[in-house]
Amino acid sequence: MAGLLHLHSTLLPSASALRHRAGAPAPSSSRRCFRVEAKIREIFMPALSSTMTEGKIVSWTAAEGDRLSKGDPVVVVESDKADMDVETFHDGFLAAVLVPAGESAPVGSAIALLAESEEEIPAAQSKAASFSSGASSSPPAQETAAPEASAPPSSPPPPAPVAVSAPAPPSPATQGGARVVASPYAKKLAKDLGVDLFSVTGSGPGGRIVAKDVEAALAAPKKAAPVTAARPDVPLGSTVPFTTMQGAVSKNMVESLAVPTFRVGYTITTDALDQLYKKIKSKGVTMTALLAKATAMALVQHPVVNSSCRDGKSFTYSSSINIAVAVAIDGGLITPVLQDADKVDIYSLSRKWKELVDKARAKQLQPHEYNSGTFTLSNLGMFGVDRFDAILPPGTGAIMAVGASEPTVVGTKDGRIGIKNQMQVNVTADHRVIYGADLAAFLQTLSKIIEDPKDLTF
Amino acid sequence: MPLSAPSAAATVVASGAASPRPNAIRTAAGLRFCGLRREALGLRSSPQAVAARRSVAAAATAGNGAAGSGGFDYDLLIIGAGVGGHGAALHAVEKGLKTAIIEGDVVGGTCVNRGCVPSKALLAVSGRMRELQDEHHMKSLGLQVSLPGYDRQAVADHANNLASKIRSNLTNSMKALGVDILTGIGTIVGKQKVRYGKVGFPDNEITARNIIIATGSIPFVPKGIEIDGKTVFTSDHALKLESVPDWIAIVGSGYIGLEFSDVYTALGSEVTFVEALDQLMPGFDPEIGKLAQRILINPRKIDYHTGVFASKITPAKDGKPVLIELIDAKTKEHKETLEVDAALIATGRAPFTKGLGLENINVVTQRGFVPVDDRMQVMDADGNVVPNLYCIGDANGKLMLAHAASAQGISVVEQISGRDNILNHLSIPAACFTHPEISMVGLTEPQAREKADKEGFEISVVKTSFKANTKALAENEGDGLAKMIYRPDTGEILGVHILGLHAADLIHEASNAIALGTRVQDIKFAVHAHPTLSEVLDELFKAAKVKAAGVSLSVNEPVAA
Repeated sequence: MAGLLHLHSTLLPSASALRHRAGAPAPSSSRRCFRVEAKIREIFMPALSSTMTEGKIVSWTAAEGDRLSKGDPVVVVESDKADMDVETFHDGFLAAVLVPAGESAPVGSAIALLAESEEEIPAAQSKAASFSSGASSSPPAQETAAPEASAPPSSPPPPAPVAVSAPAPPSPATQGGARVVASPYAKKLAKDLGVDLFSVTGSGPGGRIVAKDVEAALAAPKKAAPVTAARPDVPLGSTVPFTTMQGAVSKNMVESLAVPTFRVGYTITTDALDQLYKKIKSKGVTMTALLAKATAMALVQHPVVNSSCRDGKSFTYSSSINIAVAVAIDGGLITPVLQDADKVDIYSLSRKWKELVDKARAKQLQPHEYNSGTFTLSNLGMFGVDRFDAILPPGTGAIMAVGASEPTVVGTKDGRIGIKNQMQVNVTADHRVIYGADLAAFLQTLSKIIEDPKDLTF
Repeated sequence: MPLSAPSAAATVVASGAASPRPNAIRTAAGLRFCGLRREALGLRSSPQAVAARRSVAAAATAGNGAAGSGGFDYDLLIIGAGVGGHGAALHAVEKGLKTAIIEGDVVGGTCVNRGCVPSKALLAVSGRMRELQDEHHMKSLGLQVSLPGYDRQAVADHANNLASKIRSNLTNSMKALGVDILTGIGTIVGKQKVRYGKVGFPDNEITARNIIIATGSIPFVPKGIEIDGKTVFTSDHALKLESVPDWIAIVGSGYIGLEFSDVYTALGSEVTFVEALDQLMPGFDPEIGKLAQRILINPRKIDYHTGVFASKITPAKDGKPVLIELIDAKTKEHKETLEVDAALIATGRAPFTKGLGLENINVVTQRGFVPVDDRMQVMDADGNVVPNLYCIGDANGKLMLAHAASAQGISVVEQISGRDNILNHLSIPAACFTHPEISMVGLTEPQAREKADKEGFEISVVKTSFKANTKALAENEGDGLAKMIYRPDTGEILGVHILGLHAADLIHEASNAIALGTRVQDIKFAVHAHPTLSEVLDELFKAAKVKAAGVSLSVNEPVAA
């Protein structure tokens, strides 16, 4: 779980680093003032995605006074997309935590101080005093005399304080007075998957909730296409600020207003696709994967629809076809990406999709898993929506909105009346790079692929 | 209870041993570290060795006369044939003492029958199960394992058979050496006099010049807890593995509870810890404890409640689950009631000293423990040493570990044979056989700091991760930490703690160093084979910086000066 900025492997022998550090001569007191600055490093709030401007600290994995080696996780940060473990680049001692858990800090600002050796910890802590909350990101020039007022502790940190990493175990009995009996694994799963234990019925002895009950509760709204988790009640009559994710969605939508878009709709007959789906459903293939694959194959023949306009004056042709699929998750929206959807076979694609959805729900998607899309799919068919148009996510060229497939009375070419399953798709595209004819041609190809889907399962 | 099975490894520095005996290993300090001897493991000694030993024993008895020297029946009488008693008995025979040992239950005591031996068998099974079930781990090595499973009875049999085997080996080893094994409960009736007998049989009275109490301990069950042996039980029952519950609550998160959580989660159970103190695994070095929680608890199907007592536990009946009432440890108010399938009580062990007749000689137990001094001599109610009476092992409560008991026994026998001996308890290692293992010797970091503050010296700590070790990475078991606390002024090693693959075996290099007084600056020149896990310790030694001036040993000089 590396933060974006951390590229090194974590398998570096810490011992050699230890030896190196141990060999460094202790600074003489006359040089201390000058050297202190260099030996106290700051841990910065990293940018975990290109759109992130601020991050919230979920929890500190390491505690003040802990000795850290390069690559050790230090803190968990909530970005606009997922929760990420951030690691330290340097060996040292976590001397001071500047931003406590639950608070936010701008990207690039210092969130903690790392002292190179134990002796420097008190000095680092007095330096921490000079950081007021929301201070500038550049490190202060000199070691200032610590004002007693804003007061991080000045005594040397106690040796390794007790288990900070593990969150306190939930105690259902104390929540709202009602009692929930759930096995340890069921509790863990519920926490990871965001399932409310009070809403789960237990199948274990004495009505106990066991792991499979939690999994069943999760799958209840069902259907292959990703679904919303049980929406919590909205507090009517009050104003609730956006979460980081909702803020990001809003920002993206506003940005899209600057892009000149147009829309082209198409009706596709899905009888053949539905049949295929019925056949290979048992092998774990989902409709989402099938649509993604069909789209990818159509994009192979129309690369301009897979392009985007980044700077307003050029085509950026992407080298791979990465289909992002919009997923509604509790409290927000995210777009896990199926990389190289044209090259991967449908079964692997389906497996990958399941993995991505689980990760998305658990807020554990890596940046490259949600921001590398080149074409987006959005499906509201499971609600019975017949057509809609989607807003184009910045940085891509087109997004396709898929409606429900409904049995429709059609007139066939030979003058007869028949019933076919038909689905309406509507593509919103950036007219700076994708023109009407390009889009229409793409949709024609797509409909041909879907209406004759034998190539989808190569 | 940890017991390093085949022979303990001690550095071999012969110091004028009278006649080098085949399996005797002596240290410079004259202490012999011995867990179970070769015979105990069913390994047959060479006939010459057996004959040599027999002749020594025979000579001893012959020399002492059938009635024991000085008119006593025996030179040494040991009450309790557990690991402590056994270790003392063997050493006594080597020293030529006419020895008898009284056992009221089964030879081998807790360790062999209800402790170390069966638990290690179960842990071996659980370790393998865990590995085989770890698909991710197997895949990373390129292996595919189809659904691994186990047969509970066969696993239980493995543990039981091992216990039986070792029990009979122990018995035979003592018999072969001419130790008289007396059956019955022993009671001290007066100075150097013991009465023993079985229920329904007439009592016997015997005299011995020296008596060692080695009666051990039993699982402690706090009040309010009802044991039924099936759904609410102690480690004694658990080791029989009569069932594997779906959800088991383990009361107590010390090393016994931790080891059982390893066994049960590997066999498919879910575990809830109930711990009275505010943190789990209170006995470990806090840093190790934190990492242990990350590796041994968080990723497993385990949750926990800390700062609570189990005030009442009702066994399951009529289809209702086991009910555990939890109260806040400080305020005593009711916090929660757990409904689980089984409960294991692992809240420590209480000394087994009732019926020893200590009141006959004016000895008063403290919370059941027999008060002793540094030499394991029993102290009476007025604070005076009771002559010729010793107490070793769990019964005295100094260090409740099997190998500590036998080390104490050997120390006592040395004293009896005319060589004064004080056992350095800080050099006795301890281990917890979870996967990965945890081991330690000496002081924890907080204890070392306290001592340093009090006595006015500095301490340093070095740490290394198993991620840096080639062998650990080859096995894909890079999770682990080793740390050493030492004095940078003298190079004295104060404590070593290891969490990682084979930690229980690796610790001995450190415990030997502490026992022999080896300094860090000397041991850092010792060569360790590559690639082995022992290089983890090599890293620690080499990373330590000792300020002692002018210490430069040529590499060719022997390590232990």
